[in-house]
Amino acid sequence: MLVDSPPEPRAETAPAPPTRRAIRAFGLLVSVAVLVLVALASIAIGAKELSLEQVWHGLFQDTGTYGDVVVDERLSRTVLGLLAGAALGLSGAVLQALTRNPLADPGLLGINAGASAAVVTAMTYFGVTSLDGYVWFAFFGAAAVGALVWFLGGSRGATPVRLALAGTAISAALYGYLQAVMITDDAALNKMRFWTVGSLSSATDSTILQVLPFLAVGTVLALGLARPLNAVAMGDDTAKALGANLNRTRALSMLAAVVLCGAATAACGPIAFVGLMVPHVVRSFTGPDLRWILPYATILSPALLLGADVIGRVVARPSELQVGIITAIIGGPVFIFLVRRGRTAQL
Amino acid sequence: MKSNRVMRTPGGLSVRLDVRAVTVVVLLLLAALAASVLLIGTGDFPISAGDVLKTLAGNGNAGQEFIVNELRLPRVLVGLLVGASLGLGGALFQAVTRNPLGSPDVLGLGQGATAGALVMIVLFSGSAAQVTMGALVGGLATGLAIYLLAWKRGVHGYRLVLVGIGVSAIVTAVNGYLLTVSDIVDAARAVVWMTGSLSGRDWEQVWPLLGLCAVLVPLVLANARGLRMMEMGDDVSNALGVRVERVRALLMVAAVLLTATATAAAGPVSFVALTAPQLARRLTRSPGPNLLSSLCMGAALLVTADWISQRAFGADQLPVGVVTGVLGGVYLLWLLVTERRAGRI
Repeated sequence: MLVDSPPEPRAETAPAPPTRRAIRAFGLLVSVAVLVLVALASIAIGAKELSLEQVWHGLFQDTGTYGDVVVDERLSRTVLGLLAGAALGLSGAVLQALTRNPLADPGLLGINAGASAAVVTAMTYFGVTSLDGYVWFAFFGAAAVGALVWFLGGSRGATPVRLALAGTAISAALYGYLQAVMITDDAALNKMRFWTVGSLSSATDSTILQVLPFLAVGTVLALGLARPLNAVAMGDDTAKALGANLNRTRALSMLAAVVLCGAATAACGPIAFVGLMVPHVVRSFTGPDLRWILPYATILSPALLLGADVIGRVVARPSELQVGIITAIIGGPVFIFLVRRGRTAQL
Repeated sequence: MKSNRVMRTPGGLSVRLDVRAVTVVVLLLLAALAASVLLIGTGDFPISAGDVLKTLAGNGNAGQEFIVNELRLPRVLVGLLVGASLGLGGALFQAVTRNPLGSPDVLGLGQGATAGALVMIVLFSGSAAQVTMGALVGGLATGLAIYLLAWKRGVHGYRLVLVGIGVSAIVTAVNGYLLTVSDIVDAARAVVWMTGSLSGRDWEQVWPLLGLCAVLVPLVLANARGLRMMEMGDDVSNALGVRVERVRALLMVAAVLLTATATAAAGPVSFVALTAPQLARRLTRSPGPNLLSSLCMGAALLVTADWISQRAFGADQLPVGVVTGVLGGVYLLWLLVTERRAGRI
């Protein structure tokens, strides 16, 4: 335990809750500190080695030197990592609560497949070549598939199983299409093999500005859903008995998850595992209360994503590894370790 | 159940037969064979079904004999065996994990085999035989890794699925990396392999598959009883006299071997292992793992899918994996609609 319980007599009357809350709040502060450190590292460390003075110069006395340009690039990349990481973690946490399935991630609901299929269509049939062009295709692909999954899953009467089944089904069909295009068109294959890995490096400031409003709205919406989702997690009957509006909560959660994950995927490509793993890890020390899970996920997911990105820039100097690869290679073993320790609290 | 018949021998042995299940197995076998005959007749040089049968019986002309026996029959046999292995392997995994989504695709065996194959394609520009070996080694190593990592005083189904998902994510990332560092020619070859394809398969792939199935299928079927008990949970089956850990380890090894060999031969054909057991169960309407009917269903599905891809897109234009992926999606949607109408989900 990080904080000793206070030895006041007050502890006898109400021993557990305030202490636990204090620990969790303190943990949240620690997480923020970790995130700040990782973000600073992400600005200071990269494939090109810069001295701290050069980084300082680039940040505060930008005169357009080579180092300043590098720092500018790292800055926008870090901002994107913060936004996309938070979005992925939040959407994962919301989806896991919504489907009451600890294995739910954006991929399960077909969002990645929708974005990928839309991007490959844009490349092959509409001749779109720039990332700024794909962003909208990817976002609307993700949103369209999200909506389709929602309606096929029974819209207002959607149950967890139906949503998962509809998502898997649509993903399967779309991946068949994606593979068919990639097999018959070498140019599409050449682009898609890089896009599907997921990377923070390709996005420009204008891309980030395009997705920013969606990410902001989605984040606010998702964070506001903690309390109603807590009720939903208890099962439909209990939730109804508690007076929760199931249909509205489900619709809003789905909307938040799709907007968040769709926007993040549009800007970075499908980044695996952040949305699945971070809520799992968080749940192992917060317990099932979404009022804690959601803030923790919002803070720790970008820390993981940026940390992975920093590692990806360093290990393959002078080139770099895409962040999607590193998140899975680091995240996978951590996830397995948690599973083995039995710390993946079930929903 | 009223569809059960009990057969007794004079010696006092008796066998309980589920008539519906037996009928389903026979019909599925017939469907698989019919689709095979159609598939042999399909291609740039079409042969009628009658001529195919005549040639298979040894009464065709020289040209047809060459096309049928050397080019198309081994491909169809590989299709049948791969489908059967995937169907059986999928049924075993779903039964052991007690999860209808616990198929080898989800657990990462297909990804592991893909990694092995990609290493051979991308790093060594290997021959077809080397790619097959690489896939086999990759699949087996992944299966072993998942089992060992999930082991903790026994293997628990839920933990197995979770560990499988973790391993699968790591291996998928490695595959993505290998694709990004390869040159475009190797990448194109890799994508075709990753989709799952039967084109160009010959007798060299048939024999190892056939040998393996000949050993493993009887072994697995002999242990089906224990597996059926295990569906009631470990404690109950222990109490009923099933050596749970031993049966589970044996069946897992068999399932991994079947899936890895099938994947090495044809690539990770999606959805056969996931859907074949579920479709089989729907047809037989009997509880339990439905091993034999899943096996026949897998074979019928894969060969039919290959026939569809040949007819719809032209000979060897698109690999069979594209069709199984789309068909699998359609199947799940159909499942969704019917189950919803029936009010079950």
